[in-house]
Amino acid sequence: MRLHLMIPPDGVATPLDFGIDAKRGDNGFAKASRAAWLRSFADQRLRDWLLAWPLPLAVLALWALAAHFEWIAPQVLPSPDAVALTLKESLLSGELWANLQVSLMRVLAGFAIGLVGGLALGVAMGLSPTVKDYVYPLFKAFAQVPVLGWLPLLMLLVGIDEALKIILISKAALVPIALNTYKGIQNVPTRFIEVGRVLRFTRRQMLTKVVFPAALAPIWNGIRYGFTHAWLALVVVELLASSEGLGYMIVYGRQLFQLDVVLAAVVVVGAVGYTLDKALAAIETRLLGWRKEAF
Amino acid sequence: MTPTIVPKPPRGWVPRPLRGFVIPVLLLAAWWAAVRFGWSSSPLLVAPSKVWQTGIDQVVSSKVFAALGASLWRDLIGFAIGAGAGLGVGALLGASRLAEKLVGPSFHTLKQISLFAWIPLLSVWFGLGDAAKVAFLSLAAFFPVVLNTFEGIRSVPPDLLEVARVLKFTPAQRWRNVILPAASPSIFAGIHLGLIYAWLATLGAEYLLVSGEGIGNLMIDGREHFWMDLVLFGVFVVGLVGFTLNWIASRIEARALAWRGRSVAQF
Repeated sequence: MRLHLMIPPDGVATPLDFGIDAKRGDNGFAKASRAAWLRSFADQRLRDWLLAWPLPLAVLALWALAAHFEWIAPQVLPSPDAVALTLKESLLSGELWANLQVSLMRVLAGFAIGLVGGLALGVAMGLSPTVKDYVYPLFKAFAQVPVLGWLPLLMLLVGIDEALKIILISKAALVPIALNTYKGIQNVPTRFIEVGRVLRFTRRQMLTKVVFPAALAPIWNGIRYGFTHAWLALVVVELLASSEGLGYMIVYGRQLFQLDVVLAAVVVVGAVGYTLDKALAAIETRLLGWRKEAF
Repeated sequence: MTPTIVPKPPRGWVPRPLRGFVIPVLLLAAWWAAVRFGWSSSPLLVAPSKVWQTGIDQVVSSKVFAALGASLWRDLIGFAIGAGAGLGVGALLGASRLAEKLVGPSFHTLKQISLFAWIPLLSVWFGLGDAAKVAFLSLAAFFPVVLNTFEGIRSVPPDLLEVARVLKFTPAQRWRNVILPAASPSIFAGIHLGLIYAWLATLGAEYLLVSGEGIGNLMIDGREHFWMDLVLFGVFVVGLVGFTLNWIASRIEARALAWRGRSVAQF
């Protein structure tokens, strides 16, 4: 149960889920042989996988029918094959890759800055009450204004160039990372600290062996939220002020009323967001793998 | 620093409750000094007093209230639609394994699409007016509410359901007395998140679908005319609204969950 609270929910089964299922399965079929259990487990997986398809396929079919019989004007809803074709063409012409690369560079640069800043701020506030007293109220006030609230101000201050995008993306990543790091360190159970004291840990040992391992899960949670927010900020800033990138593709398609371009770009935005999220989830299983043994 | 009547601070020369004000006051002083001594000739450097004046003007002429009213009204409608639908879908996904398997994967894929990427599509489908904005806002509130409702219901301890079975509860009783109370912290966390996302989306919708009035339009206007004072005032108002929404949500949460002792849902 606690695992589910810690890990941002995503429906696709991760190795972690398998672990839990495996335990349940073992209890349920104590006498069944391992092979039989594995088979039933595979069946289960296959069934789940198959059940996931009817809905999207039905939507796709409806979409294709609507486009075929022109229930809806093609300017408003292009046919699925038009979208697929556009997707394929922009993939082959390299246009999509160029835009994707620009977007990825932006989000990574902004996220890296936000990550370093957020961790530093969060650790400083978590470890030092003095820093917390001075900085936390201002930080809270700063966090109250959403990324988009800062946008017009930043546009005036730094223009609409690369700097604007990087600053905005790093702000989006910084706030959840700093907040979760701070809370994570604050919420390290007192009994852990007491054990460390009993063992006469030095401050350094206390930090590396007790505080940071115990705070790792919430910190990582913050990093994942930070990344989601950074991706969100990237898309919106590219929609508003950009001449390249995935967001720009969407705006451009919209302006020319080429909804197939818009939809193709939306699909790519979704796919990339999904892939990056999965990558972070995979790192998480490695990074926090030692915790799971306990459950 | 001004001497204050505090019984001997524990450490440092600023008493703890006042420490939070030190940096903002220093920043404000630096800003004031920058204007006063002309450190920069940029027209963007406006005096703090000018921002204050603009704020007063906006409040007195009630322009800001009109803009804020329009934004909040949309925010509220969109949030109500999105959260309502989200509660329903989340409850369905949580209560039925079959529904989860049928709809869950599609839902989780869909949620990966960055929220704002929907706006251009919605603008084609719903026009540039309030309909598109409200549709977008409800989408923003929908996702977190579904996720948290689903998680909350799925995490209801099986022991509680067993008790309900032993007591031969009807389904209505089971939902009312067991499932919803046990899932409420997570559900409220979802509603809280939905509220925050809806507010973010309100601003985004006003920037991207420039039509009508709203606090976002006010700021965009200020930006286009290089009225720094108006933009700064807008940032302040946006922060204030965000803070108030957060505060209201926490109050309701604390109220509704008071019976549980300490709330688990800390956001």
